[in-house]
Amino acid sequence: MGELAAFIILSAITLVSAVVVVTSRNIVRSALSLVPTFFGVTGLYILLQAEFVAGIQVLIYAGAITVLILFVIMLTEGGTGLRVRQTNEQVPLSILAAAVVAVLLIGVLAQTPWPRATESLPQYTASGIGEALLTNLVLVFEVTSLVLLVALMGAIIVARRER
Amino acid sequence: MQVGLTHYLVVSALLFCLGLYAMLSRRNAVAILMGIELMLNASNINLVAFNKYVAPAALNGQVFALVVITLAACEAGVGLALVMAAYRNLETVHVDEINVMKW
Amino acid sequence: MNWGLEIAKAVGLAVVMFTFLAVVGAMFGVLLERKIGGWIQSRLGPKHVGPQGLLQTIADTVKLLQKEHITPRAADVAIFNTAPLIVAVAGLMDWIVIPFGPTLIVRDLNIGVVFFAAMASLTVVGILVGGFASNNKYSLLGGLRSASQMISYELPLAMALVAVAMQAGTLSTLGIVNAQAQRGWFVFLQFPAFVIFLIAATAEVNRVPFDLPEAESELVAGYFSEYTGMRFALFQLGEYAEMFAMAAMATTLFLGGWRGPLLPPVIWFLLKMYLIVFFLMWTRWTFPRLRLDQLLNLSWKLLLPAGLIWILITGFFITFF
Repeated sequence: MGELAAFIILSAITLVSAVVVVTSRNIVRSALSLVPTFFGVTGLYILLQAEFVAGIQVLIYAGAITVLILFVIMLTEGGTGLRVRQTNEQVPLSILAAAVVAVLLIGVLAQTPWPRATESLPQYTASGIGEALLTNLVLVFEVTSLVLLVALMGAIIVARRER
Repeated sequence: MQVGLTHYLVVSALLFCLGLYAMLSRRNAVAILMGIELMLNASNINLVAFNKYVAPAALNGQVFALVVITLAACEAGVGLALVMAAYRNLETVHVDEINVMKW
Repeated sequence: MNWGLEIAKAVGLAVVMFTFLAVVGAMFGVLLERKIGGWIQSRLGPKHVGPQGLLQTIADTVKLLQKEHITPRAADVAIFNTAPLIVAVAGLMDWIVIPFGPTLIVRDLNIGVVFFAAMASLTVVGILVGGFASNNKYSLLGGLRSASQMISYELPLAMALVAVAMQAGTLSTLGIVNAQAQRGWFVFLQFPAFVIFLIAATAEVNRVPFDLPEAESELVAGYFSEYTGMRFALFQLGEYAEMFAMAAMATTLFLGGWRGPLLPPVIWFLLKMYLIVFFLMWTRWTFPRLRLDQLLNLSWKLLLPAGLIWILITGFFITFF
């Protein structure tokens, strides 16, 4: 019972903040309400007993990506705070598309008989994730670190001022 | 009533569609990137929920979610660098004003 | 699990933590800073209000609370009012994972160290939007400088935390304190990590020598130029709470937490924490201020490679010894 209440509160926080993100006319306000969205998602991870992923989510998403987005907003045109039109001419079509995709996804996902696991949950620890990353999934780990390196170099070179 | 797999899937589907709406209908390039972040978060919720309810023995879902978080950070970094470079050269961040091949 | 009891416990602990930290940490910390600064500079600190100036901060707080609440004209009011709340809440949430004694911890999260780093990086959002929402060039510049400084120093902070977690084999703060019982305090085993942590912690809380974002001689007051009264007090509360949290984390990770021979554990913890706080205040009144490019060079070109090399060396020693 308590878990259902927590789930409803966290989903409400996530979805309401996401609505503010996508519909606000002030871009700084929509970037700032990414923070409660990410916190709601963190709460959902904690309900799913994935604590390490929750900690990393707060650290990276709410701490770093939000700051990055706010930086770029302030250094480009959005930082002036002028009231410009934020939506283009595709608004009715995009509402339709989003609604159709939502109905399709929820319909398919709710009606598929997923194979439910019946064994009890193991204790998900950070050391378990570390072991998995370095034994079974080491290829994923190495490729991800390569992608990080390339993205780092690419972002620095692309955003550099021309001399 | 227990919180089941379907609840998490519905929440993530709604979050995904909100991100899709942002991506399709906003003019500011940074707002489009924010929509993309929402979509990636929705897929992460799916991955972790499936890990707990369908295959709890292995940690693959959570590791996949961590990898998606890392790649989302990379993509946000590169995307925002592109937005800044575009702003410096084309003097606008609204994607519907970037419609000529030669500046 | 009795949800009502858990929620009541959480709310009660939050109230206790907030009042304890607000009264002792921020107010007493400000007074301590002024007295220590006076002692280092061969002058007396505040002396008039109360015996030896002990009631000075209470007088200051009353003064701040009755000031007029001004909002700049073209500022975005909702964001302007939210920013100090983010900074204060992030500074106080750090305290959830700090152990004052063998069982005196609000919640022993098994990702304690990651949670601490996450709350420290949440402060940046508050500072950035606080600087932006004031609609003032100096505030915006101060906010951008402070945010770039803080995100640059999060990386060496995380490197030091990772090295200690590797040595202890656990991410939980209680586990790290207990691991120091076996091999000695980590300040001896992990001295480079201690140095990196202290430098990064000083930069994370925007203290001298890294206080360019709030430099009075340069930027008026940086990102909180336009804040008056209670909101200014909330910003200061957040900063002092975070400074005390960094000092508490340094004692937990490196100085053996609450371990000590004769006195009760809480007394040892507070002694060690105030030792580090005294060290932080001592550096404040001793060093000149670093310029922005020197500051960022120090982080990216010196501390980050040093942290990475130290993690490599720690891994080597853990595997073979």
